[in-house]
Amino acid sequence: MSLYEVENLTRVYSSGPRRVVALDDVSLTVERGQRLGIVGESGSGKSTLIRLMASLDRPTSGEVRFDGRVVSGVPERRLGFLRASVQLVLQDPRSSLNPRMNVGDIVAEPLRSPIIRRERGDLDPRARVAEVLDAVGLPVDAARRYPHEFSGGQRQRIAIARALAPSPEVLIADEAVSALDVSVRAQVLNLLMGLVDELGLTLLFVSHDLAVVRHVCPDAVVMQAGRIVEAGPTQRLFSEPEHPYTARLVAAIPAFRARP
Amino acid sequence: MTATNGPGATLAVRDLSIAFGRQKPVVRGLDLDLAPGQRLGIIGESGSGKTVTALAIMGLLPENARVSGSIRLDGRELVGLSDRALSRLRGDQMGMIFQEPMTALDPTMTAGRQVAEVFRLHRDRDAGRARAAVLEVLGAVGFDDPERIADSYPHQLSGGQRQRVVTAMALVNRPDLVICDEPTTALDVTVQATVLRVLDEVLDAVGASCLFISHDLAVVSQICSDVVVMLDGEVVERGTADQVFNEPRHPYAAGLVATARLDLLEPGTRLPTVADHVRRDR
Repeated sequence: MSLYEVENLTRVYSSGPRRVVALDDVSLTVERGQRLGIVGESGSGKSTLIRLMASLDRPTSGEVRFDGRVVSGVPERRLGFLRASVQLVLQDPRSSLNPRMNVGDIVAEPLRSPIIRRERGDLDPRARVAEVLDAVGLPVDAARRYPHEFSGGQRQRIAIARALAPSPEVLIADEAVSALDVSVRAQVLNLLMGLVDELGLTLLFVSHDLAVVRHVCPDAVVMQAGRIVEAGPTQRLFSEPEHPYTARLVAAIPAFRARP
Repeated sequence: MTATNGPGATLAVRDLSIAFGRQKPVVRGLDLDLAPGQRLGIIGESGSGKTVTALAIMGLLPENARVSGSIRLDGRELVGLSDRALSRLRGDQMGMIFQEPMTALDPTMTAGRQVAEVFRLHRDRDAGRARAAVLEVLGAVGFDDPERIADSYPHQLSGGQRQRVVTAMALVNRPDLVICDEPTTALDVTVQATVLRVLDEVLDAVGASCLFISHDLAVVSQICSDVVVMLDGEVVERGTADQVFNEPRHPYAAGLVATARLDLLEPGTRLPTVADHVRRDR
């Protein structure tokens, strides 16, 4: 059985007479330990897809199953297993970290959730915070400081530490390195890939940046206008794209070229 | 880079330092030269001083900025020039393209009128001739239907179309220098490809020099013949794009290039970092 099974997932947003089909009949499976890239441009539906996979939103139709259990349309109080197992790292750590909380409280927050505690038992939050801060390469005294005291790359490490706190099986990274400078991006990607390996995590890596996806994910799906237009090994998508949109996307990646 | 600090240079920056209030300088002792038609990329991380340098050249620094050194455009000193004199140069001898086209455009005016205003302000008050110039430049930035684009409001255009309108505004008066600050950073990759191609073509057509700022090294390599690398307010490396991207000399430049060149790596392997090349305390 696959870890994630997504079946005929559709999400329509409507306001008054306007209907926007954000996700259009998408099916997908994710295996345990897989690193899957989800690639597409703005409006392609990639964020809608992962919101539904994390059960942060309800589909208009279709179903998401995690570890064999339906998670789409299920009330929050019965999603403890999902909340403990699936964690997100978002693009902008400036807005995803509460500026009024110190880093220790931010990282420990998932551990205080009653539905996660029901799954994971009572962890000692302080010990766990120290553990995950160490795992992301931050000093232990970072716990007493506040997000604004850290650089962008360090803030993204804090976000990763928070995601790791409840010992999840799946990490969903939504444009997690897109706002970072290239040199910082390299450090955060190295950290992410190292942790995924070491902890045996399943990684869903959402990005508009194909070059990064090729580096991080052996497999990828390409989305356009709410649909998956092509899926397969990332190398193959690059070298022999079958769908014209994939080909266009690959051709548009800025390449290094020397001008005379 | 070919030193062209003679009278023929489009832009010559000498010993430029910029500080805000009482803080330590964010740009220190910067020299830049741009020959007619030359395209120079400035690369570096956030906080390295790229954007502040561009703002200084455009005369758009805030009041509390302290600027020393010299900035000459076509031989004329810009440092110390009045706001009025600078605003006569902007849009005329100096075109500008910024990251976010939606904020560069006025949402209450049609695209055509906004391009026309730049033309009428600096060149020719005549509405008919302005309209002709607008349609011509909209054609030059790759619109097949310049009439329709001219009569559209910004919200009726896509992000890429807006950035081409901004490009048209920057080039309608055939400036000697175009300053681009992260012009495609907010765009999707397929749209970015179109905008870069168009920019490349119109810069050639007009013969303008270009100062191109980006954190994306591959993008810079597509537009620029020459590159400077900035670190903490100083230029640490300068050379042809070919030399900087293939044989960087300064350790920091080497690190920056190595981290950006995902195309040279085996997938899944550890990425090189700047710290592999240079130790920095930040």
